[in-house]
Amino acid sequence: MARMNMVQAINSGLDVMLGRDQRVVVFGEDVGYFGGVFRCTDGLQRKHGEHRVLDTPISEGGIVAAAIGMGVNGLRPVAEIQFADYIYPAFDQIVSELARLRYRTAGEFSAPVTIRTPCGGGIRGGQTHSQSPEGVFTHVCGIKVVMPSNPYDAKGLLISCIEDEDPVVFFEPKRLYNGPFDGDPHKPAVPWSTHPKGEVPDGHYTVPIGKAEIVRAGSEVTVLTYGTMVHVAEAAVKLAQADAEIIDVRSMVPLDTDTLCTSVCKTGRCVIVHEATRFSGFGAELSATVQEECFWHLEAPIARVTGWDTPYPHAFEWDYFPGPQRIVAAIQSVMEAR
Amino acid sequence: MRQSRLHVPHPPARPGEKPDFSYVRISPAGAVARPDTRVPAVEIEALGTEMVRVLDEQGHAVGPWNPHLEPQDLQVALRHMLLTRLFDDRMQRMQRQGRISFYMKSTGEEAVAVAQAMALQPGDMLFPSYRTQGLFIVRGKSLVDLMCQCLSNTHDMCRGRQMPIMYHSAASNIFSISGNLATQFPQAVGWAMAAAIKGEDHIAAAWIGEGSSAEADFHHAMTFAAVYQAPVILNVVNNQWAISSFQGFAGGERRTFAQRGPGYGIPGVRVDGNDFLAVYAVTQWAAERARASGGPTLIELVTYRAAAHSTSDDPSRYRPKEEWQAWPLGDPIQRLKEHLIRLGEWSEDRHKGLEKELDAHVTACWKEAVTYGTLTEGPSLDPLTMFEDVFHEMPPNLRHQREELRRLMQERAGAAGAASGALEVAGEG
Repeated sequence: MARMNMVQAINSGLDVMLGRDQRVVVFGEDVGYFGGVFRCTDGLQRKHGEHRVLDTPISEGGIVAAAIGMGVNGLRPVAEIQFADYIYPAFDQIVSELARLRYRTAGEFSAPVTIRTPCGGGIRGGQTHSQSPEGVFTHVCGIKVVMPSNPYDAKGLLISCIEDEDPVVFFEPKRLYNGPFDGDPHKPAVPWSTHPKGEVPDGHYTVPIGKAEIVRAGSEVTVLTYGTMVHVAEAAVKLAQADAEIIDVRSMVPLDTDTLCTSVCKTGRCVIVHEATRFSGFGAELSATVQEECFWHLEAPIARVTGWDTPYPHAFEWDYFPGPQRIVAAIQSVMEAR
Repeated sequence: MRQSRLHVPHPPARPGEKPDFSYVRISPAGAVARPDTRVPAVEIEALGTEMVRVLDEQGHAVGPWNPHLEPQDLQVALRHMLLTRLFDDRMQRMQRQGRISFYMKSTGEEAVAVAQAMALQPGDMLFPSYRTQGLFIVRGKSLVDLMCQCLSNTHDMCRGRQMPIMYHSAASNIFSISGNLATQFPQAVGWAMAAAIKGEDHIAAAWIGEGSSAEADFHHAMTFAAVYQAPVILNVVNNQWAISSFQGFAGGERRTFAQRGPGYGIPGVRVDGNDFLAVYAVTQWAAERARASGGPTLIELVTYRAAAHSTSDDPSRYRPKEEWQAWPLGDPIQRLKEHLIRLGEWSEDRHKGLEKELDAHVTACWKEAVTYGTLTEGPSLDPLTMFEDVFHEMPPNLRHQREELRRLMQERAGAAGAASGALEVAGEG
């Protein structure tokens, strides 16, 4: 066991897999010699060689296309898209090719590609370094979508993704790289070393894809969330003094409907929290699923707390960010409804 | 006052006008030097503007690019090209009869796929475009398999999930055809990079049309291939037409497509795409270069799309009907046939005999293929299979949806059964 922040945990996951499996290759912009703009691949090229940890041209479409070709040729590529905001040039390759290859060839060809990409805001990144486009990818059949909220899950889930036979988009909430963030930008930063999920095994272990985690057990209201908002929700629940059950969804595709709906059927109340924009966001899918499965147990309308339906504004970041104030209000309104 | 003006490209001739191919620069057969495969790209930029040709007007093989193939190999090549054409003709007719939904012929371009597949090794990975059916024929994929794919029947390799002609064959090392254009170009580069990473000497080859060289994927492929010196052959089949858009709309008015290679530091070789020997030789050159760590080659194959883009297209709306007759590089099958006759290794009678034999083969294949069903009749695929292969293991939501469809199908079957039961009762009354 070691104390790791999320960057170190991701680095460790890549290192473990590069060491265990000769088929694993890691590449992306600034990933090789420099070790990544967020340092997630620091030292990996020195250790595993420049044939297995590569810098690439600034060409997201090329990165994903090359990953597909490598995957078809027996490798297990882990491609980094430097910011999720830059993933769109690769969209056709992900949607029309990577996600559909197994289907269109009736299983004859497939490419087990993992796409790592930092997402989310709260880092003064404006609209081009703050997006949370996970919902865009959950709408695509044939691709798995996950987002860890802590170092332990990040490493275990990343290893699961690399070992998985299907392509996965692995979203890394970059505001969490160095510590759990409770939504208050004015508080001093808290490091992962003080958090139980900052305890990370050095070697190989997995966190399964498709399993949500109950972060806090409770009986009065269920909060469904993931990524950075897990920690913001925890802080909000404390402020609201509600006996809330907080569930870290972790895996959006496939979705652990059982864990989510068992909780809502128990509490009868549901608040959904994500940083991404609201309209057609992943929360809409969660809300529809909860309504279909838990309707007769619901005591109140399902509430959603999300980013506003605007691009992420640079100067008004904390008015945009769905912070504790809004989550507390949503919990209270759901609790009061009768 | 002067102002900027938009240049909107126009093809040299529209319907009713005289075909004009004066824009196609053609080198005499045998005139282009064949450089050593180890020569740097910068020293052979002329290959992008000249045109490598081996067969002259009299059917002789001339010049330094002559691959000196055995007559038996040329006869095999002729057989593959002829089979490709007869297969295409049959499938087009079957589409017209409503037996399949769609088809795309490669008429006039058969030398491209056939010569290139023959020049490569069986372990080399091919990333086809939708007009390279000859690749499958050379690699021995049975016509029955190809037909069953077009029929979406019980033997369809794609299990009813793809439109006709979207073949693939892992066993033959031929990748899946995508309906999204040019996506396979950078994928082939990735495949080739992996071969090099693994220390294998297989190379990759990919095909796109000149029209889709305008896609960003072309640039991705060229950049990655150049940066990593990937062992890959990137082929642009310039058949002059992208549906109704002539090659000027892909940028062909200013530079040849092969000339784009040197801009990336990749040799660009322009070849007479209707000259089997030239296509073979150029491909062999590029393959040798790639296998010896010489990196990628861009090949522009100059040819003409003699048929419509697809069965949904009507080229008489946008180009002169007699354009193919005016095409200066002729018909690849005719040219190889004349060469073999010139060598004393073929005759009109043998050609007619071969045509008859292959046509009978196509007929027999079709008869077998339809016994496995068609889109509308005969044995059919189980619709419940549509939920398979989305993921390696079926997730719960797809299992639920499959059960829902199963119930709906049972309801329909029950209703149909009840309806026919009611008719029987009425008949008895």
